[in-house]
Amino acid sequence: MRSVIDILDLTVEELEELITTALDIIDNPKKYAHICEGKKLATLFFEPSTRTRLSFEAAMYELGGNVLGFSEAKSSSASKGESIADTAKVVSCYADIIAMRHPKEGAALVAANNATIPVINAGDGGHCHPTQTLADLLTIRREKGKFDGLTVGFCGDLKFGRTVHSLINALSRYNNIKIVLISPDELKLPSYVKKDVLQKNNIPYVQTTDLESAMPELDILYMTRVQQERFFNEEDYLRLKDSYILTPDKLNNAKSDLAILHPLPRVNEISVAIDKDPRACYFKQVLNGKYMRMALILKLLKEAGTI
Amino acid sequence: MNIDSIQNGVVIDHITAGLGMRLYELLGLASLDVSIALIKNVGSKKMGKKDIIKIDADIELDLDVIGFVDPDATVNIIKDGVLVEKRSIDMPETLTNVIKCKNPRCITTCEQELDHIFKLTDKEDKVYRCIYCETKA
Repeated sequence: MRSVIDILDLTVEELEELITTALDIIDNPKKYAHICEGKKLATLFFEPSTRTRLSFEAAMYELGGNVLGFSEAKSSSASKGESIADTAKVVSCYADIIAMRHPKEGAALVAANNATIPVINAGDGGHCHPTQTLADLLTIRREKGKFDGLTVGFCGDLKFGRTVHSLINALSRYNNIKIVLISPDELKLPSYVKKDVLQKNNIPYVQTTDLESAMPELDILYMTRVQQERFFNEEDYLRLKDSYILTPDKLNNAKSDLAILHPLPRVNEISVAIDKDPRACYFKQVLNGKYMRMALILKLLKEAGTI
Repeated sequence: MNIDSIQNGVVIDHITAGLGMRLYELLGLASLDVSIALIKNVGSKKMGKKDIIKIDADIELDLDVIGFVDPDATVNIIKDGVLVEKRSIDMPETLTNVIKCKNPRCITTCEQELDHIFKLTDKEDKVYRCIYCETKA
């Protein structure tokens, strides 16, 4: 059974297919409004997530399907000690497709290995979050019309930021991409990502701690939040949480067609004043996420022969 | 130092000096009720120093474990005091339930009866990663 755990589970051709479907959904929503009638998406959310869960639910409703599930571990059988493997087997009897979020890394793979229906990883701890990357990719495509030849800056928590790792992985498969990594020393991109992804694919990259000096060359600025839940030590979190705050003055040297992305939720790393700037794309990104989730649900249900 | 030759059993030779104990542990040799010699830092013309493990019993060893710990080691099968077979060692593509994932955030820390599986992701640098969280072994 085909599942999507990591963005690399999808080929470049499949990403293109999903983008094409998403763009068609945007242009022709009525065509898709009943395509999943009678089908059910199970949203298994073992940790809180407003955005991703609602996005999946909205996606399924807009395809004409239904949704069942839970939004925190304590309202599931996990609180009684049920394994993920058993949960996946049980839910396979009730639903046609699963979207699962879990705080433990690799949890979605365990579910996929045991479910008899497709599983979409909606975030497994600090590991992968492929549908956020799909949202990022559609946003970049709609804003820039291309992937090749872009200079993409990643700013903030590049160590624990799973969305950063996933997007770098996805972009590594396009041509003439340049990556600028902007972070405090303690939150640098892990060396294995640099070696296994950037160096292996001959992608030029620079590391800096200075956002403003990097700004002029960027086509895309991908801001991230320093996530408290990824730290074992609160002292470290408090020290690093305000490392980068994007304010209007920091955009003085930016390109006029820069696209500012953020996986959200935002705490204070992007000033609210930026929201009015036409270069701010993070709320468009949320909408794009829903369209890409619709496209992915459709693709997996079709491949499973469910629709 | 003299260690007697074995009559029937296995000699793991050319172990990189210092890795003998790890191999001993991961092969589960401590639980066997047979004569075993772990010799550390033996002089070697080829390697300078090496470790050797001699097992005086005709047992089947998990060659994947040896390939994971030290693919340069050699395995010699001894029968009636004579070397009858040299087994080739290669790095296994997959390693199941040999080592545990060290990442406290990995699903293997809490999912019951889940196999600990590692895949070889970089043969040149001998890198194995957990299939669940991709943490390096």
